[in-house]
Amino acid sequence: MTTYEPVIGLEIHAELRTHSKMFCGCSADYASAPEPNTLICPVCTGLPGAMPVVNQKAIEQAILVGLALNCTINPTNAFARKNYFYPDLPKGYQISQYEHPLASHGWLEVLEDSEAGPQRIGVTRAHLEEDTAKLAHHGDHALVDFNRAGVPLLEIVSEPDMHTVEAALDYATKVRAILRTLGVNSGDMEKGVLRFEANVSVRPVGSTALNTRTEIKNLNSFRALARATAYEIERQAHLIESGGTVIQQTMGWDEAHGVTVAQRGKEEAHDYRYFPEPDLTPLEIDAARVDAARAALPELPVARTQRFVKDYALTPKEARLLNSETALADYFEAAVQAAMSPARTVNHWIAGELLRSVNEKGLDLEALPVPPGRLAALVDLVTGGTINANTGREVLGEMFASGKTPETIVAEKNLSQVSDQDALLVVVTQILADNPGEVAKYLAGKETVFQWLMGQVARATRGKADPKVTRELLEQALANKKHP
Amino acid sequence: MDPTRLTVREAHDLLVRRQLSSLELTRAALARAHALDEKLHAFVTFSDELALEQARRADERLARGDSVGPLTGIPFAAKDCLSTRGVRTTCSSKILENYVPPYNATVVDRLDEAGAVLIGKHNMDEFGMGSSCENSAFFPTRNPWDLERVPGGSSGGSAAAVAAGLGAFALGEDTGGSIRMPAGFCNVTGLKPTYGRVPRYGLIALVSSFDSIGPLGREVEDCAAVLQAIAGRDPRDATSLDAPVPDYLAGMQKPVKGLRLGIPKEYFAAGIQPGVEAALRAAIRQFEGLGMEIHEVSLPHTRYALAVYYLLLFAEASANLARFDGVRFGLAAGQGAENVIDLFLQTRREGFGPEVKRRIMLGAYVLSAGYYDAYYLKAQKVRTLLRQDFAAAFGQVDALLAPVCPTTAFKLGEKLDDPLTMYLSDIHVVATNPAGVPALSLPCGFADGLPVGMQLIGPQLSEDRLFQIGHAYQAATDWHTLRPPIDGGAA
Repeated sequence: MTTYEPVIGLEIHAELRTHSKMFCGCSADYASAPEPNTLICPVCTGLPGAMPVVNQKAIEQAILVGLALNCTINPTNAFARKNYFYPDLPKGYQISQYEHPLASHGWLEVLEDSEAGPQRIGVTRAHLEEDTAKLAHHGDHALVDFNRAGVPLLEIVSEPDMHTVEAALDYATKVRAILRTLGVNSGDMEKGVLRFEANVSVRPVGSTALNTRTEIKNLNSFRALARATAYEIERQAHLIESGGTVIQQTMGWDEAHGVTVAQRGKEEAHDYRYFPEPDLTPLEIDAARVDAARAALPELPVARTQRFVKDYALTPKEARLLNSETALADYFEAAVQAAMSPARTVNHWIAGELLRSVNEKGLDLEALPVPPGRLAALVDLVTGGTINANTGREVLGEMFASGKTPETIVAEKNLSQVSDQDALLVVVTQILADNPGEVAKYLAGKETVFQWLMGQVARATRGKADPKVTRELLEQALANKKHP
Repeated sequence: MDPTRLTVREAHDLLVRRQLSSLELTRAALARAHALDEKLHAFVTFSDELALEQARRADERLARGDSVGPLTGIPFAAKDCLSTRGVRTTCSSKILENYVPPYNATVVDRLDEAGAVLIGKHNMDEFGMGSSCENSAFFPTRNPWDLERVPGGSSGGSAAAVAAGLGAFALGEDTGGSIRMPAGFCNVTGLKPTYGRVPRYGLIALVSSFDSIGPLGREVEDCAAVLQAIAGRDPRDATSLDAPVPDYLAGMQKPVKGLRLGIPKEYFAAGIQPGVEAALRAAIRQFEGLGMEIHEVSLPHTRYALAVYYLLLFAEASANLARFDGVRFGLAAGQGAENVIDLFLQTRREGFGPEVKRRIMLGAYVLSAGYYDAYYLKAQKVRTLLRQDFAAAFGQVDALLAPVCPTTAFKLGEKLDDPLTMYLSDIHVVATNPAGVPALSLPCGFADGLPVGMQLIGPQLSEDRLFQIGHAYQAATDWHTLRPPIDGGAA
């Protein structure tokens, strides 16, 4: 059987976080609308005679994204009408950018830690358009809510440069992190502010052909992106193996059944009849405006990763993991600030225990029950020797469960590590007295017994015994028995 | 004194001298409009209540004597493609038969601020698609000079109403002659301003790139006063120009001696009705008599103007009319439809007239994949040539003089079944719109008892110059003062 490799391109639709809509003054914060059709005006409902005016804030944000994606910001860009009929499209056309996108020719690096090394994914273009209204189906009829109609939408189109699902996921993750770092999109997939479309084709490994592709629309989570892409790659490979042909079509993703489903065939392919939007003048973006945007760029994930390596002595891989999520990197830095412990130790706790709990419980990084200051306090308790690492994990679990501070939990449960020499010496003496046989074996040269004795002390103190002090006391006591 | 025979300027003089109230003037206009509209069908909607309210407010302003302008208290009506809050706005289409806009077009707001009084909405060719006003979905408007003839289009209701004294002036809209052509047919003065001079916000679009809102009045001075009130940048219209608005009434008085008037030879080619040409030639002599220099000039791409105009019209109109889908406003047919596509189809099938459907189909065709370059793109390129033609001509002369229409008003039904002949009646007025330049249409005589119009075309933002030349002509001639014999030989 031939081995196939996928060719994947992504279209990412990101709603921009502006105060007002793309072409009118209505609030773009439709998620906070008290009820349907309250954030509307003649422009965004497409009343006869209403005219669009470009939201300059959306232009600013799009320029920032373009720059962050290493794009060229085109000095002359223009809007066009994309014509089609649908009840969620008030004017019967969408104002979008077609021949003259705002940004083009960019790139992004992905999979830096893979064996093959980093891969550069081309960003074909990023262009502005307006979101549609929302349809709600009720039995035999549908209702339209125009609160979302006209919200600025940035469409980021990649080259078909990705050849694994992992690459596609990493690309999408990085774009999302950039959007969130720039503050232009919350990245909240559940609210639909970020949506993916994947173009997928397959070819025999070694081939450079671009074969017929399908387009999977409306992928609203990373999980859906990964599963749908993987499924579609398999489907196409099997189809070709069994003598079939892939036809160009739009697919939907059936989350429940885990399959892609054809939505419309090529015979119904749209002719959008694009032409320049005559209600808007061409948009000139001069070099000064681009320079100003460049100067206003915040620290982007790539730069921040480098800084983490340099300032916090993290490995590039560790730093990249933290920076895959703006919120995670922010959490890390806040915890490092609050902690006395070294940054590496803080990272160890975040990348290990904290993320495990977050993933297991499916928690939102921005609203964790354990704020960075408390994690810092916990790490410091371990580093300072008040509790040992095992107890620390236990306390962290309790912090997630109860929302209490680590100090409170340690005090309430009496978990403080016993490092008092006198108290521990009592325990050590008792253990040695209770186990004369094992002591004899040790004295006869069986050194592994030492670890067993350490364990007995730990058990007797329910894990609170400071291992370092215990070791010293045990060594001393055993030496005394050898040479009384 | 019959207040309905007054020009804006005459009425204003009486209003400020308190010899006439706006309420009297408005009541007279409404009474005459209601009575004569039985014959003319120039109005789709009357707004008596709003008009009387506005007239009362105008009278208060006049009594206080503050913020009184040339239009305060003056009754007018607007073409029915201009959105008027609370007053039905139909575009003379069944699809908007019961549509009442929740907002005013910018120009309507500006006239309201100026104190003008809106008495109603004028009939037009459906969505501006036509040259005779016969394409109204409701009824054709008649020409007050001969009720068997068309008033021209598409602002036919506006021209007929102003000619017959149903309101002192009108707000019209000119996409490719829609103000000038009916002005010529009805013996009134009308201005198509520079594209972008008057904001379009609230104008129900036909061709967004060409649509120009402008005044129709009984004389140049009235048009100048109206333009003064409606011109200027509007932040809600991204295509409106930011250029300062000159004092049109002051600039108008300057002498025209020494100005150069161009006669584009292509506009006097074969096909012009002899009486029309004779009237134009007489007008040229008149201008010569006023001390203007007359030069023959050439606009070599004129023969492509009609094709460019219609191709771009079809394309833009097909998109502009896509929003009429029965979902949010206007006619919603197909309530029992199985699916939403049927709802769209049935609404549009029932709501649009044949000419509108024809143009939407042609528009979808010229924009479709495989034809875009050959039609839309080519037309845009030739449009640039048309612009260059005008630019070159205006390097030689200050303004151009041309006929408005090759013929006088034709009979109702004469061209209705032959769309192409109907399109050809626009041949002299369409080039200005793709070029974006202003043009003033003026009465210049009669042929076989019917009015003949001429147009003065100028470079961009030369409205002041056009008013100046037009005013000088009207000061020297009486054509514009003649009134149609609609109420029994009153002319």
